[in-house]
Amino acid sequence: MYTISNKLKTFSIALIILGLLGVGYGFMTSHKSFEDVETMLAEETSHHGGGHAEEATHETASHDAAANENHAQETHGEGVESHSDAHKKHVEHVQHQIANRPWSALYVAAFFSFMIALGVLAFYAIQFASQSGWSPVLFRVMEGITAYVLPGGLIVLAIAVASGTIGHYNIFIWMDPDVVAHDKLIQAKASWLNLGWFAVRGLIFIAGWSLYRHFARKFTIAQDTSDDNSNFKKAFRISAAFLVFFIYTESIMSWDWIMSVDPHWFSTLFGWYVFAGMAVSGITVIAFVALYLKSRGHLEIVNDSHIHDLAKYMFGFSIFWAYLWFSQFMLIWYANIPEEVTYFVTRIQDYNGLFFGMLVLNFVFPFLVLMNSDYKRIPWFVFMAGIIILVGHYIDVYVMIMPATVGDRWAFGIPEISSIMLFAGLFLFIVFTALTKAPLIVKRNPFLKESEHFHY
Amino acid sequence: METSKVIHAIYTDDDVLMSAVKKVKAEKHHIEEIYTPFPVHGLDKAMGLAPTRIAIASFMYGCVGLIVSIVMMNYIMIEDWPQNIGGKPSFSYIENMPAFVPIMFELTVFFAAHLMVITFYLRSRMWPFKKAENPDLRTTDDHFLMEIAVNGNESELENLLKETGAVEIKLIEKEEAH
Repeated sequence: MYTISNKLKTFSIALIILGLLGVGYGFMTSHKSFEDVETMLAEETSHHGGGHAEEATHETASHDAAANENHAQETHGEGVESHSDAHKKHVEHVQHQIANRPWSALYVAAFFSFMIALGVLAFYAIQFASQSGWSPVLFRVMEGITAYVLPGGLIVLAIAVASGTIGHYNIFIWMDPDVVAHDKLIQAKASWLNLGWFAVRGLIFIAGWSLYRHFARKFTIAQDTSDDNSNFKKAFRISAAFLVFFIYTESIMSWDWIMSVDPHWFSTLFGWYVFAGMAVSGITVIAFVALYLKSRGHLEIVNDSHIHDLAKYMFGFSIFWAYLWFSQFMLIWYANIPEEVTYFVTRIQDYNGLFFGMLVLNFVFPFLVLMNSDYKRIPWFVFMAGIIILVGHYIDVYVMIMPATVGDRWAFGIPEISSIMLFAGLFLFIVFTALTKAPLIVKRNPFLKESEHFHY
Repeated sequence: METSKVIHAIYTDDDVLMSAVKKVKAEKHHIEEIYTPFPVHGLDKAMGLAPTRIAIASFMYGCVGLIVSIVMMNYIMIEDWPQNIGGKPSFSYIENMPAFVPIMFELTVFFAAHLMVITFYLRSRMWPFKKAENPDLRTTDDHFLMEIAVNGNESELENLLKETGAVEIKLIEKEEAH
């Protein structure tokens, strides 16, 4: 049996505490007064001519230009009153965006850590449904990671619901009755996008995923001591059923929890796109946990061919992700329909470096680095490539959420970093605690022998 | 013309062949060639052949395909006959680039795949109308043939091969053009 080392335990708890402090600080400092924001904007405009603070100027340039244009038009038309009106609106808008930042930072990190666990759960189910012979030695690692599905899912849903109840509609603007009252498009979607049904749907999804996880785990543990294959057959059956449930609920989840931050925008392959990111991040984390446990002297029968296979999946799913990214991008770019293309316009204008940078991290880099067959068997090489992939997919989620909530007011500071620390700590703690609950290698799985002798 | 002697040992099972190859290699005999009806997994490693470099060649062919597609689309769509497709008459390569990505992908795959196959054939000295080299027709059906060089140690070698499970052992005088 594996026992969690004290070092790892302290490390994860320290991450959680530091993360909580940082997240708290982020929320405390995000409530700027109207005057503060006004002076901040005035300062940013005055920097226009000056040479310093170029980055800040660059970020806000388009915004200010738009605001100035607004000012000019309004002044020309109706005089001083409406000018101050537009000015007030603009300042309030920025004030709201600044208040959104800690919420969004928390939500991005929560979703990212959750999607790793959900991706692993789908991958795990595929192993059973396809009766793979190579992977049974990794089942317990996958089961450890999927222990995070239930808490992680509930946290994501809780943040989403809290942003529309405790918060001031900081993530999903369709939760704001004031916005909906003035928006015909959202009104038409209100039968789907309303807080009650959103929460119920989320609970149904999480319940379904967790139930599958619970029973699959129960069957593999029962299989350890049984003298026939009946438990394996049961696991096979529920895995096949789960995959059908999963592909519907995962799609709907991706519309609900991510796509609806831009409630006017839609993309029909969004569910697949999110799934590809989920799968590649999840498989990367399986490789990480397996490599870590191996370096601590556990999982002796996991050999470099198993690591090689995981790295092949990292390579393959990175390309799959890029294929879906491009399919979504090119169709929208080519069709050039205003309500669709605005999604990419915002991202290319305000998030240029991140938007194209993550394409390099998530596609070009894994493609070139993991292409060579021999490199996929070297632990530290797989580890380094995995770090790049995880960073890239965090940025992917970031670029999906942030433009809708904070607009061009994004930054990477204490709220973001401490949110990552909080959820990294929680993830490590839950996953490694779950790993101590059962032997690290399954027994009596009908494919175990094949998996032990697996070689390339 | 010089003649050299070789032994042809025939096997009927790939697992038996694999263990035979390992035994013969362990006794330090030189295996010249093995003819099999299908690719036997791990045979190249057991024979001690150098690892294949076809993946590197394929990567380079892919790069050639990528460059060809970039240059080709620039000539066709930007320089030679610019067209207004989908209301995008920018006539700038970089602004029209997303539309060319599928072509880049296809030509990369096309070049990598076809040139790799052609390289493989040439490297294996195979071309249309070439006379088949395999010494025994049964190796195209269900038999495996191992060809071992003989340097005056025939009887020792024959005994060894019998032990490894060869169903047929023949001594052949081979004419070599040097």
